[in-house]
Amino acid sequence: MKTTPEVLDIKKETPKKVKKMLMILSKATLDNVYACFILANGARMEGIEAEIFFTFFGLEAIQKEKVEKLHVATVGNPAMHMPTMLGGLPGMEAFATKMMKKEMEKLDIPPVGEFLEILSDSGVKLWACKLAMDMFHLEKEALVDEVDEVITVGDFYARAQGDGTHLLFI
Amino acid sequence: MEKTYNGTAVHVNDQGYLTDFNEWNREVGMEIAAEEEIEMTDEHWEVIDYIQDQFQKDVALSIRGIKNSGVINIKDFYRLFPGGPLKKASKIAGIPKPVSCI
Repeated sequence: MKTTPEVLDIKKETPKKVKKMLMILSKATLDNVYACFILANGARMEGIEAEIFFTFFGLEAIQKEKVEKLHVATVGNPAMHMPTMLGGLPGMEAFATKMMKKEMEKLDIPPVGEFLEILSDSGVKLWACKLAMDMFHLEKEALVDEVDEVITVGDFYARAQGDGTHLLFI
Repeated sequence: MEKTYNGTAVHVNDQGYLTDFNEWNREVGMEIAAEEEIEMTDEHWEVIDYIQDQFQKDVALSIRGIKNSGVINIKDFYRLFPGGPLKKASKIAGIPKPVSCI
């Protein structure tokens, strides 16, 4: 007679609460930035801790000079429903970005700079990746004031300790 | 569902939000706050007054709205209603759970 292997023996456990969301933002196209920010803010609104680690191009979302100049990607984005060649035409990205910002404003979603203030005030920790900072020759002064610190990957993982922590790569 | 606060029966949904704002009064709000382990102060009531006012004007609540309210800033909002401030404040205020994602 076959016995049920132990691994299949599903134990009834009480569901564990999400306690902390750690997000890694590696891109700075508007759609990715907003997805990340809305998830982080949403976590805080539910009483969940949230932190964002900005790395590679994600750093553009926290650079003083670039924060309000982020774009939607019109090339290589099948959800734009336009031929790639059209998406590459001059002015196309600016147009799509303008449209998206307009829709965001209607929903009372703040611009990126203001959103960073809200996140910081809500207790979201904002970290810049040390390696990416070195790679792009950036100093902390180039970053918006809301950024908590420049840290390494190791530092970031150390913050992932504890029950109910989830990591999200965007 | 019915629940009794301060001797008065009020209608609530399965998450404990009042379904009829007219049944709300300060004592009810105070007891809901106690359930959420919040001790109400003048500072708390100021926020509750503000969000009830917004509700009556049919303005959807959002964290950005709180920021621009002129009544409270976001840091203090989290300090007064820790662990999900907009939800908790709405519950105490006797208005429906906020539906906005931000």
